Amino acid sequence: MERFAALYQRLDRTTATSEKQAAIADYLGQADPASASWAVWLLCGGRLRGLVRSGELRSWVATASGTPDWLVEESYSHVGDLAETCTLLLPEPDSEPPMRSLTVWIEQHLLPLKGAEEEPRREAVISAWWALPYAQRLVYTKLLTGALRVGVAQGLVQRVLAQMSGLPVATIAQRLLGDWTPSAEFHAALLSIAPQRGDRAQPYPFFLASPLEKAPDQLGAIDDWQLEWKWDGIRLQLIRRDGELALWSRGEERLDGRFPEIEQAAAELPDGCVIDGELLAWRAGEALPLPFSVLQTRIQRRKPGAKSLREAPLRLLAYDLLEIDGRDLREQPLAQRREQLGDLLQVQDESALALSPLVAADSWAAAAELRSEARNRGVEGLMLKRRSSPYRSGRRRGDWWKWKIEPLSIDAVLIYAQAGHGRRSNLYTDYTFAVWQDEALVPVAKAYSGLSDAEIGRLDRWIRAHTIERFGPVHSVQPLQVFELAFEGVNRSPRHKSGIALRFPRIARWREDKVAAEADVLATLAALAR
Amino acid sequence: MSQELIIQRPEGLYCPQGDFHIDPLRPVPRAVITHGHSDHARAGMGVYHALGDGAEILRWRLGEDIALSEHHAGQGFDLGPVRVSLHPAGHVLGSAQVRVAHGDQVWVASGDYKRQPDPTCAPFEVVPCDVLVTETTFALPVYRWPQTADVAAQILDWQAECGRRGVAAVLLCYALGKAQRLLAELGRLGAKKLWLHGAIQAGVDAYDRAGVALPETRAVKDIEKGEDSAGALVLAPPSAAGSPWLKRFRGAQLGFASGWMQIRGNRRRRGYERGFVVSDHADWPGLLQSIEDCGARRIIATHGDSAALIRLLRECGLQAETFADLRDGA
Ligand SMILES: [Zn+2]
Ligand SMILES: [Zn+2]
Repeated sequence: MERFAALYQRLDRTTATSEKQAAIADYLGQADPASASWAVWLLCGGRLRGLVRSGELRSWVATASGTPDWLVEESYSHVGDLAETCTLLLPEPDSEPPMRSLTVWIEQHLLPLKGAEEEPRREAVISAWWALPYAQRLVYTKLLTGALRVGVAQGLVQRVLAQMSGLPVATIAQRLLGDWTPSAEFHAALLSIAPQRGDRAQPYPFFLASPLEKAPDQLGAIDDWQLEWKWDGIRLQLIRRDGELALWSRGEERLDGRFPEIEQAAAELPDGCVIDGELLAWRAGEALPLPFSVLQTRIQRRKPGAKSLREAPLRLLAYDLLEIDGRDLREQPLAQRREQLGDLLQVQDESALALSPLVAADSWAAAAELRSEARNRGVEGLMLKRRSSPYRSGRRRGDWWKWKIEPLSIDAVLIYAQAGHGRRSNLYTDYTFAVWQDEALVPVAKAYSGLSDAEIGRLDRWIRAHTIERFGPVHSVQPLQVFELAFEGVNRSPRHKSGIALRFPRIARWREDKVAAEADVLATLAALAR
Repeated sequence: MSQELIIQRPEGLYCPQGDFHIDPLRPVPRAVITHGHSDHARAGMGVYHALGDGAEILRWRLGEDIALSEHHAGQGFDLGPVRVSLHPAGHVLGSAQVRVAHGDQVWVASGDYKRQPDPTCAPFEVVPCDVLVTETTFALPVYRWPQTADVAAQILDWQAECGRRGVAAVLLCYALGKAQRLLAELGRLGAKKLWLHGAIQAGVDAYDRAGVALPETRAVKDIEKGEDSAGALVLAPPSAAGSPWLKRFRGAQLGFASGWMQIRGNRRRRGYERGFVVSDHADWPGLLQSIEDCGARRIIATHGDSAALIRLLRECGLQAETFADLRDGA
């Protein structure tokens, strides 16, 4: 644990990729295999869940440090990170800390907390707090709260592992996909040059499109490009191998069992085939897919009931074929893959597993015309894919572009602010915005991004000087500042007081030229809701 | 209602009975100065009253020709009917708490102070009083300072690591007080290759004139451009970050020595590679200890965010407020 805490500290101190890579390599080179495995899991964003609740930690740290509850809250709001606050409120131990590996801490101390009664959990946590010096106490408490947040890209960890093992990064990436339990055995298999059994159920790393920021005619002749609609759904890889079926989201989550209609349709596929496509909610016979919010009701449901299946039927629109007859097609040009995909899906049931149609345009001007109608078609714009391109991995620019329609925008008033977390912990960076309904301001969106560091600093000072009231960490501020928010769409949402929810809201501009009375009204947004 | 011996005026803290100011921001006839930092010692006062220990510093900051009345620690002098004395605050060389006695009341204005040992200045003295006007720069329990010797050892480790990487370690710190304290602590551990930015050099010279022993250092301006800076520990003021001056130390790592470095977000946001927690202000335990030690039943908080401290003191049954509370009649 001491070494892992030192790794955490090294990562925390640098923004240089090379230095982070060296720090991870040093750690993995020294650690025992099980601890190395846990470290890889944590660095890739793994979190220990359900060990303690944040409220428990706050009350325990109040007891352990003799700090009144309100002062713990005050400290937390100042520091912005709960694990760090707890760590700072507790004194340094007098004696040497116990020498336990990361594995022992996780497997014998942390994981057993799950589901235990409050009393023994509290005792275990407080005694660990008393025993560990600052750096280890911080990492320990971060593990307790689940979020390590070390700011390491997965690709970086994969590169280190590839270097250690001599394997291609793609193989490492495949072996790290999905749910896995860290162990010495897993770590050995991860680094083994022999092919692994699990490799077969794994998806290929997804190839991601980049936003098109230039005019499309700079891409060359339109004939070199395949055009498709940019669907507003969930990216999915469907894997049919060895008589089994696996569904993987781009977030590397295995989604088997949730979409019986898709699985049923896929059962007819031949063995040894992998399809890349987009999952949408879409009723048979209708021209437009259902909005994303309807699809969302299905994602969260592990075993959908009859009502859910009826109200939100799903369809997978396939747009790429990565494997057929067990052969990896990724090096073939897109045009060839697409042809084989067409052959394959001809025989499939149209409603649940369908081919994503090609969009025909004989000039970029015609394409632009089609794109401008995208909103009426329930899509986000066009996808431009080079016909000759292989299926690459990750976000590699050049062959796949998403050409989205311009975002919508409104002017809204800042009404609440809250301190950010992590890097932004001492600044008010989480904002809530409202629009007018009659004489009242109704909150419609939370947004975090879009301002420059200088603007954030200036707004932070303004917020401190114009706070009306504090509810815990949230400050309500005088409704004076107007911001232009960009967003992708509006969903109806009974959960929200306003009855709507903006999709992907972000700050486009600070409108210091406008006064609050000039902000938009709720009816404008309600009219856009689907 | 007893009379107020110290009140806040736009130009600074003021004693109406003695007709003098403490650390005024604007020119006044009589100023009692707690220490040389620029938020406390300003130019243009008729007479300056200060501890003799800090005379060199005040002359360096404010000019040779100021009318300076030097006092010994603990020795009283009269300003009108008020008896004033200055007592070490342990903040920087020559820093003082101001004791003000009139009638049957004793008030103390702490100025900036700390309770940790500092080899470059006299230690904080407990001054019993009825009312304490205290600073509250770090008034939350997350602020507890580590042992300075431990921090100095971390700085030396960092210097050595930078040496192995073939770069300099540039440590940002305040030019008055913090730099000299760090140098003294580093000197005790045998630190070598200590280089100074011009602003820090000026502070070191003032400490030299005051007779404070510091380890051997070199001014960056006297060092040939070609000389290898790998492994040098370069002390510079915070304003040097991002300045062209820094360009001569290519690839150097930046560190900052300050109490604010206790919070990771503060360090990360400013983009320093390393933050070293060392402060010349009282930490939370230091504030509470000092309030308890001086026996005051009434505390007036100033110089920082004091809401939490005030609430806690009130819960403990003390009268606690800010000058703003007093002004607003709260
Ligand atoms: Zn000061
Ligand atoms: Zn000050």
